[in-house]
Amino acid sequence: MEKKEYLNLVKKISPKANIKKTFLCSFFIGGLICAFGEALRQFFLYFRFEEEDAGAMVSFVLIIITAILTGFGIFRKIANIAGAGTFVPITGFANAVVSPALEFKTEGFILGVAAKMFVIAGPVIVYGIFASIVYGAIFYFVKLIGG
Amino acid sequence: MKLKRGIFHFKTPICVSGFAAVAGQKESKGPLKDDVDVFLKGRFFGEKSFEKAESKMQQIAVIKAMQKANLTADEIDAIFAGDLLNQCIGTNYGLRELEIPFVGLYGACSTMAESILVASTFIETGLVKKTISVTSSHFCAAERQFRFPLEYGGQRKRTAQWTATAAGAVLLESGNKKKIYVKSGCLGKIIDFGVKDISNMGAAMAPAASDTIIRFLEETKTTCNDYDLILTGDLGRVGSDLLYELLDQKGVNIRAKHKDCGLLIYDRNDKDINSGGSGAGCSALVFCANILKQLEEGILKKVLFVATGALMSKRSNQQGESIPAVAHLIYLKGEEKWN
Repeated sequence: MEKKEYLNLVKKISPKANIKKTFLCSFFIGGLICAFGEALRQFFLYFRFEEEDAGAMVSFVLIIITAILTGFGIFRKIANIAGAGTFVPITGFANAVVSPALEFKTEGFILGVAAKMFVIAGPVIVYGIFASIVYGAIFYFVKLIGG
Repeated sequence: MKLKRGIFHFKTPICVSGFAAVAGQKESKGPLKDDVDVFLKGRFFGEKSFEKAESKMQQIAVIKAMQKANLTADEIDAIFAGDLLNQCIGTNYGLRELEIPFVGLYGACSTMAESILVASTFIETGLVKKTISVTSSHFCAAERQFRFPLEYGGQRKRTAQWTATAAGAVLLESGNKKKIYVKSGCLGKIIDFGVKDISNMGAAMAPAASDTIIRFLEETKTTCNDYDLILTGDLGRVGSDLLYELLDQKGVNIRAKHKDCGLLIYDRNDKDINSGGSGAGCSALVFCANILKQLEEGILKKVLFVATGALMSKRSNQQGESIPAVAHLIYLKGEEKWN
């Protein structure tokens, strides 16, 4: 069998993810997390937090909850069903930082925990900052030209 | 006796005089639960790291196999061992205290068959009389080396396989002593059909298994019907189906005789497992816990054991390389007296 023919066969035989189910699960669980975030925001606003501070507090609480659930091995189980539903909100980012930090404890606090903490989330931070610089520069020049 | 490049018939009796299997928690709940010698609880087995836990498994497997054959470490001429971890540290630290002359091997998940084949060849030369072949894998140690941290919330693909937490050891002796003999072997070639998906190892390994099986059957002029069982080591569901297709094209149908270690090790209803089990420990566990027992009891008489290994690393995968694979074959026969 030719390699090309084989790779086509692999594609044919390999079972695919159940897209309908995956989409629905991620939509509803992701939505639920966001709705919970909004409820938190309203809660903080009710207690007279500034608009901006309330937003920061929401992220703060979601990150804490994710970190704890990750530590107890519960987050992984939820994420297994939710997929992008837990990955896209800030919960995904928190989990991506906490999970390697926990795991590389055996290699010590400096070369293990600290060095490996951003092994998954690192690219998000690097390109996030890079994108914001580019965006900022564009914004600056557009404003300069536009007056 | 050499038949052809990489294919041998052993002229002297090489018998399996002891074997032992150690399994982790998930494996001990699977279909092999009654056959395993030692169960270990939790993930760490009382050690401080997953790597140390793997070493412990390998050590226990060796000690248990020696006990079953009534031998001590200083009576063993050589040990042939390896595992999946970088620099084979599972083996290096696990066997450190035993002080047995050591040959380190890396065959990824094919290490069980590879180490038995190499040990048998050594025995055939007459330079050694008693050898041990051992290998292991640990789910947590393998995950952190090849994939993501354990608690990372990602979804597994349906083609993915679950690395077994297990170890298996086989003690070989020259002479006409026991009921199971290693009769022939076939060294695998490195075969790469261009599969790049690290979550579909079965697909990467099936062509290697097919190549080895075809070469062996052609050279020995035998067919599937000459054997009671053709056991492949961890192709899983996807890989097994692909193997059937590949062999069909060569006019060989092994479906009736074939079983795969990746499909024998776990409960098929377990959702984590997806395509099946994998890891060097997977074929080691199935082979040492179950298949050798069946050979000893005479339930099986003629077995081809074809352990397959995927030879990539995380780095080669990130550099866009495809996954090379190898499949080593040994032919075992259960008989009262070697002839």
